[in-house]
Amino acid sequence: MTLQPEAQEPAPRLTVDHLDIAYGDFVIMRDLNFTIRRGDIFIIMGGSGCGKSTLMRVLVGLKSPSGGEVLYEEGSLWRTDEDTRAAILRRAGVLFQSGALFSSMTLAENIALPLQQYTRLRPRDIREVVALKLALVGLAGFEDFYPSEISGGMCKRAGLARAMALDPDILFFDEPSAGLDPVSANLLDELILELRDSLKATFVVVTHELASIFAIGNNSVYLDVETRTMTAHGDPKKLLEESTDPVLRHFLTRGKE
Amino acid sequence: MAKGTGNSAAEKAACQVTLEGGDLLVAFAGSWRVGSELPDAEAARRSMRSYPAAKALRFECAQVTGWDSLFLSTCRAMLAVAAEMKLTVDTSGLPPGVESLLDLAAKVPERKGAARTASSAPLLERIGDWTLTARDNFLSLLEFIGEVALACVSLAKGRAVYQRSTLWSLIKQTGIDAVPIVSLISLLVGLILAFVGAIQLRQFGAQIYVSTIVGIAMVRVMGAIMTGIIMAGRTGAAFAAELGTMQVNEEIDALRTFGFSPAEFLVLPRVLALVLMMPLLCIYADLMGILGGFIVGVVMLDINPLQYLHSTWNSVPLANLWIGLVHSTVFGVLIALAGCYRGMRCGRSALAVGQATTSAVVTSILSIIIATAIITVVCEIIGV
Repeated sequence: MTLQPEAQEPAPRLTVDHLDIAYGDFVIMRDLNFTIRRGDIFIIMGGSGCGKSTLMRVLVGLKSPSGGEVLYEEGSLWRTDEDTRAAILRRAGVLFQSGALFSSMTLAENIALPLQQYTRLRPRDIREVVALKLALVGLAGFEDFYPSEISGGMCKRAGLARAMALDPDILFFDEPSAGLDPVSANLLDELILELRDSLKATFVVVTHELASIFAIGNNSVYLDVETRTMTAHGDPKKLLEESTDPVLRHFLTRGKE
Repeated sequence: MAKGTGNSAAEKAACQVTLEGGDLLVAFAGSWRVGSELPDAEAARRSMRSYPAAKALRFECAQVTGWDSLFLSTCRAMLAVAAEMKLTVDTSGLPPGVESLLDLAAKVPERKGAARTASSAPLLERIGDWTLTARDNFLSLLEFIGEVALACVSLAKGRAVYQRSTLWSLIKQTGIDAVPIVSLISLLVGLILAFVGAIQLRQFGAQIYVSTIVGIAMVRVMGAIMTGIIMAGRTGAAFAAELGTMQVNEEIDALRTFGFSPAEFLVLPRVLALVLMMPLLCIYADLMGILGGFIVGVVMLDINPLQYLHSTWNSVPLANLWIGLVHSTVFGVLIALAGCYRGMRCGRSALAVGQATTSAVVTSILSIIIATAIITVVCEIIGV
């Protein structure tokens, strides 16, 4: 079943068309179709092991799909050469599950790396941009710390600062709240909402945290592990009210229904 | 989880199976805990099976003074037997906690096919699997070499993306930091070569040729091989472990999402550092080996120090130095590629990092020996 968000729809930022994902002969997901619009906080949800993270890896160009299309605003991601793909992805930022900060570099060096490569900023300006990004995620003054010296939640926020380094207009999050205490998870949710409103960016969030899903998501897709495809698409709050699919209801109500 | 009271060690656990009015009655008594003295559970199940006419299973636990997981697992095994015999089970006789825990354990049915069977595949199937894996590995190796070659092309064009600061720290790690161990090992290898030669040569008074043996052996091949093996264990393993951990930590994925090529950003500086440092370390190892021979010659064989050096200088053709340097450069490339390849293809677990490190060292040493054989044959053919 499909519930579309209402009225005045902004332009699509990312469209997934008949996408199939497989590891060799082993099909993970098939026939995925959904559209992520500008300014959406789009949730990819589903039980453990259903292929949420793998779907994200396909969307950010790390794993090629076995069929179908991933259409960014700028064009197809996979039916093109590597340079075009790199150009499309330069406008996307990714926050990995554990932050994936480069462990041999300080936080400042981590964030400065893409800036040094893709901008013509002078070193002093880069330092200032880095300080700004760290301040935005609440880590002002942590420039010279190594990832191993800060906590898991701080690593995630630093990862977010690095993902935002090139001012992407679409940001991917893999399980932002995994391993965080409820307060930190909530702070991260608020940060995402804040950034969406101020940067006008689009967010794609892979999660199974119900609290986050309802707090920030305005559009979503539910991946079902049994049928290996998507079984619902739309605003998670509306899905909770209107869906009649027992599996989805089971998920959205923490198994109470 | 332990419930009930009673001295666990003192009271012996007991279990009796009887037939009572067409029903099986299992009567438990005593303390059923890990560590108590227990009756043979298999015997109890056997006696259950010896009443095939029974219709139902009941329990009697009034005499049980204490229980823990052990009691649960005994009951669970009996329930399985009951299911096999198609008995109606009445668990109301069990202590209340036991009843609910057994219900919990039975709530999610065992997933069929989830348990791994240890049966081994037929020989042909294994050979087939092995061949397919070998083919995949070979293709992935070719892909890796291709990526590195492309990275070298972009390096030549001045477009390669890597950090110069990383290159410097790698040069320090692979070169300068390896000097102590290279010194020690090459000095000892020089000593050993000299000893082995000296015993033979002294028999006909040709001690002075120790300098020739040590000089030619070290400069032509031993210096390169010894540094190669040291670097395989030291640096090749470090590369594999470092890149493997980056793989586990998704750092390599993060690099890709920024549009950096891991071959340029990670592999290229490592190959460069090792290719630059290996020949230098090799020359240094040659000198240390000659010093080792010198010590044996002067101290043990009473050769005049100047005469020893003079004889070494005269008897080692310069071509041998070039051959040694070719060896060490090739080894540098092989060790760096083997380490980086194993690291980049590492799985996403701690075990995989260990395996990557091991196979990096094995691959490096193997390729060093094979390369030496090839270079030696080639030198023989072209007559150097």
